[in-house]
Amino acid sequence: MKLTLEEVEHIAELARLRLSEEEKARYGEQLSDILEYAARLQAVDTSGISPTSSVLPARSVLRSDEPRPGLSLQDALRNAPDTEKDQFRVPPVLE
Amino acid sequence: MSEIVDLSLGEMLTALHAGDLSSREVTLAFLERIERLDPIIHAFITINPDEALLQADEADKLIQNLRREPGQDLPALTGVPIAVKDVLCVKDMRCTCGSLILENFIPPYNATAVERLREAGVVILGKTNTDEFAMGSSTENSAYGPTHNPWDFDHVPGGSSGGSAAAIVARLTPLALGTDTGGSVRQPASFCGVTGIKPTYGRVSRYGLVAYGSSLDVVGAFGRSAAEIIPLFKVMAGADPLDATTIDLPIPEIDLTRMDSRTGLRNLRIGVPDEYFIEGIQPEVEDRVRLAIDEFETLGAQIKTVNLPYTEQALPAYYIIAPAEASANLARFDGIRYGPRVPADEMWDIFRHTRGDKFGPEVKRRIMLGTYALSAGYYEAYYGQAQKVRTLIKRDFEAAFQKVDVIAAPVAPTTAFHIGEHGDDPLSMYLEDIFTLPANLAGVPGIAFPVGFDDRGLPIGMQLMGPHFREELLFQTAYAYQQVTDWHTRQPKMDHAL
Repeated sequence: MKLTLEEVEHIAELARLRLSEEEKARYGEQLSDILEYAARLQAVDTSGISPTSSVLPARSVLRSDEPRPGLSLQDALRNAPDTEKDQFRVPPVLE
Repeated sequence: MSEIVDLSLGEMLTALHAGDLSSREVTLAFLERIERLDPIIHAFITINPDEALLQADEADKLIQNLRREPGQDLPALTGVPIAVKDVLCVKDMRCTCGSLILENFIPPYNATAVERLREAGVVILGKTNTDEFAMGSSTENSAYGPTHNPWDFDHVPGGSSGGSAAAIVARLTPLALGTDTGGSVRQPASFCGVTGIKPTYGRVSRYGLVAYGSSLDVVGAFGRSAAEIIPLFKVMAGADPLDATTIDLPIPEIDLTRMDSRTGLRNLRIGVPDEYFIEGIQPEVEDRVRLAIDEFETLGAQIKTVNLPYTEQALPAYYIIAPAEASANLARFDGIRYGPRVPADEMWDIFRHTRGDKFGPEVKRRIMLGTYALSAGYYEAYYGQAQKVRTLIKRDFEAAFQKVDVIAAPVAPTTAFHIGEHGDDPLSMYLEDIFTLPANLAGVPGIAFPVGFDDRGLPIGMQLMGPHFREELLFQTAYAYQQVTDWHTRQPKMDHAL
């Protein structure tokens, strides 16, 4: 299978990745090769087989709901590229 | 006394506790060696000399206090230096994940594995090189440049924990942490001729590990021998309220004394899977692994053929599941809360531009691959099917462990390859992982250790895999082998570097 340019652009947009034209062409080729390789999974008979999302037995992990100190505001903000008044600062989202 | 950097962990601990050596002296010896050799090897992304010496002084004070007031136990690794793969958070020390998107990220807390090791008294020398977000098999995908294999600088050290493995064999640190999502501890251990443990999934907390494939990621460790990694494993292992996938099971007793006898592996059943000795494997790798298996037999083990029929499906299954999880995990890197921001007038453009400019090619490929595999119309065919195949791979191991105690196999089909050899051909690079991926998909533990060299003088490793939460079988078996062989003590010359 060969991904079209439109498909590559669609995937990049879903993943919020700006790509150059050169990258779109190159990743398109490479992803097509990898997906073609992965397509051999289709040949495996998995009828009646349930999927494994975790190798561990499913169980609930519960604890009592008690307040306790978390990350300080200062620590939470200290790696942010732009902050204002103890908040992350971004361009306007709503006009 | 031999040179400080050449001391075994046992010798180092004895000298430290007896006051014959201070942690400051030990730490300085490794820092000096790093300063001399790392410009060539490039095992480290960040070196931490000032803070390391403060930690060493703390350890020395603790040891002195204890000598004045005996009776209390010294934490297990007091004063011992360690290097940490740069995907694990160390409080207040830059954590890049080998990526430009975290080039200035300073974690506000310790990963649980790191926290437990600090409580055990270790001194953190610095952060080691890794493929970007642990995605790779050569450490070439680091935004900070590749690590060079100390056995031959033109070759890769393996990956993604290549910096940690190279640092061990070059004696830049006695111990190091790594992570293993698809072989990232075992394969570099094999390529560098050191010992590396990938614990059972759920044995060591992932809290503070920057997530790649959350259902596969495991924190592991490197050292010069199986025996030297055991204390590290014991400190890190165990349930953590901050990681709900950790399991509250006691750490099994690791009995090495029984292994000192020439028949220490008596009653151990070792399975050899046909599926791991395939056409295309480098002949010297197969020869050396088979000779090691003969050695196990000499030590009393029973060798049996086992079958893991779905082995060849592990590679396509992994390269759907891991990228799918990565595409979700890496959504958090958007230029808002951490990392650099590529400015734009509109918020969506901040995301697109920051991610497009700051992620490297392999990370972008895997994010896109995972995004595709999870997208509407393809989910069932790719991700759903891969998860079902994962069940079959897991069942392969369950069936095999009905018949044998551990499974012995090569770690990788070849020894270390040349830097640049796989160029811009990701699929050919992925094929390097065929023997390590199944253990991650099944969640079983594995240990890799050296069993010889090829005719170019590059190390050959083998791996042992065991049932869930039976790491003691792996440590004991590797230890027994290392009692009667000396591959793990061999050192690269690096003369031309000195």
